[in-house]
Amino acid sequence: MKQLRSFIKKEFFHIFRDPRTMIILFGIPIAQLLIFGTVIKNEIKDVHIAIFDQSKDETTLEITNKILSSGYFLLDENLENTKDIETIFKKGKVRQVIVFESKFGEKLIKEGKAGVQLIADASDPNVARLVNSYTTGIINDYIKKMYPNLKLPMQIEPEIRMFFNEEMQSAYLFVPGVMALILMLISAMMTSISITREKEMGTMEILLVSPLRPAQIIVGKVIPYLLLSIANAFVIVLIGHFIFKVPIMGSFILLMFETILFILMALCLGILISTVAKNQMVAMFISMIGLMLPTIILSGFIYPIENMPTALQILSHVMPARYFVTIIRAIMLKGVGILFVWKETLTLIGMTLFFIALSVKKFKIRLE
Amino acid sequence: MIQVKNISKHYDETEALKNVSLHVERGELFGLIGPDGAGKTTLMRILMTLLLADSGEAKMDGLDVVKNFKKIRNIVGYMPGRFSLYQDLSVEENLNFFATVFGTTVEENYELIRDIYYQIEPFKTRRAGKLSGGMKQKLALSCALIHKPKILVLDEPTTGVDAVSRKEFWEMLKKLQKQDITIMVSTPYMDEANLCDRVALIQNGQILDVDSPQNITSKFPKKIIRVRSQEMFRLINDLRAFEKTESAFAFGQFVHFTGKNNAVESAELKEYLEKLNHKSILAEEVEPDIEDVFMSMQEQSQ
Repeated sequence: MKQLRSFIKKEFFHIFRDPRTMIILFGIPIAQLLIFGTVIKNEIKDVHIAIFDQSKDETTLEITNKILSSGYFLLDENLENTKDIETIFKKGKVRQVIVFESKFGEKLIKEGKAGVQLIADASDPNVARLVNSYTTGIINDYIKKMYPNLKLPMQIEPEIRMFFNEEMQSAYLFVPGVMALILMLISAMMTSISITREKEMGTMEILLVSPLRPAQIIVGKVIPYLLLSIANAFVIVLIGHFIFKVPIMGSFILLMFETILFILMALCLGILISTVAKNQMVAMFISMIGLMLPTIILSGFIYPIENMPTALQILSHVMPARYFVTIIRAIMLKGVGILFVWKETLTLIGMTLFFIALSVKKFKIRLE
Repeated sequence: MIQVKNISKHYDETEALKNVSLHVERGELFGLIGPDGAGKTTLMRILMTLLLADSGEAKMDGLDVVKNFKKIRNIVGYMPGRFSLYQDLSVEENLNFFATVFGTTVEENYELIRDIYYQIEPFKTRRAGKLSGGMKQKLALSCALIHKPKILVLDEPTTGVDAVSRKEFWEMLKKLQKQDITIMVSTPYMDEANLCDRVALIQNGQILDVDSPQNITSKFPKKIIRVRSQEMFRLINDLRAFEKTESAFAFGQFVHFTGKNNAVESAELKEYLEKLNHKSILAEEVEPDIEDVFMSMQEQSQ
């Protein structure tokens, strides 16, 4: 016990005395959170558009005003003929051109039908789709209000509500994801680097020739990073809650418990990496390529798993972050209890035990 | 105390140790003498339970290095060839850490390390990475001794250390020996061999001889003549060109000469060199040194 305590103390000395480690531990998580927070957005804002209004009557002007005052769009140019449409798209700034047919208002009243064409620059399909649906929504909304007697072509009118995230805030999506990413990276990378550093510096040679048992070395390495990662998780949840306004509907204690479980799993994974990696560079490489990318891509954090090819969907089942993201989204946004996430929790526990067993077994008691 | 029987070990293509056998008595100061790459470190690592031999067996204090590796790790002190302490920990923190890891305290065994540690104690709050070579070595020795090991294994402890510190270091080892600690030390410096009770000459993974330094030199059959002149470089070349020469090596300020037979006299050499216009020639017979033995053995094995 005394041995373990002094090992942990030594480990804290290493962490607090190395500026690089401190930056990775505390600087990067906050930077990442803020970067992801401002970069990943599915809502649109200030999209440049152009309008080719062939009727220029009261209705089209009102619709134009409505669109421009929505806050989503900025008018770049009023076009005068069809040829300009392609030219302006080629310039690249304008994402959408709205074309009103001539005598729009007149037709609408007389025939109950008028044509508006939405042309989007689909070189970025996601933006094109979003922009078109925003404009459609605004136009339909206007027409319905102005001419309540008019029947729009559609007969069934779906009323859409976005449960758990009424405003479709992307912060709700990325905060759990970034949390998974950061914890995975910090925990796994830092433990694997700190163990391989001992190998590189030759201190492992002395540790091995001491009466310390592998389990003691492993626990001694895990505990400091566990504590620091918990502190990190705490900070991320607080930033998510107070800066990005992500709610915490469920139990905070359950959230922290699941987080600790995930951190433990990542730490054990880090130890496993260190048993394979010969030096710090290799350890860092494996952690970055082997953990970071799959965590971003395959955890459902940015791209929905359901849309992936079957092979990748199957692969996503071995990504621990996938379960963690599901769990914390459920707890934070839906406010559910353990009864709804026990399957995922159990999977994470299973993975943790598997990695612990494997790393204790693979931990080398000799130099080769 | 240390028994090595027919140990062989290879890494990929290279054979690091070939059928090595030796034994070290309790309380002995035993030297492994050999050039870089001779296999000294490999042998020590096998004894320290850090490597597994391909074949053969070794025992430390009667404990097998493979089966009883855990017990051995409690009774040995090890100082690897490279400085292997925590550079970002202070002198004191390093010492305390290794003391607790071995289940003891600095106070408990302070007696043992006092002579060594008091020299670095004024710098106890300094980070180990910022110490000078000699101080690092003293700290490493203190850390290796803090649990009062029965056997102390030191891998090239004096490499990269100045002459004064080297001398001090060997004095410390002599003192430790009196505390009933068996010491095995490796070194590439031939002059340090004379400070050991017994030495093993090792080269290319093979033991050339194991004996006391005195015996090793006294049983050397060849006559050594040391030669000096004003032009050292030409001197070596001229000596090597001499028909009766077996070998001629630079040896400090001199050239050590051995003839094809012991009939070659120093006067004869002088005469030969005078003919070649060497100035202020000195040629005299000297007692062979460990290095002479080593050089000659090296010649023969090649």
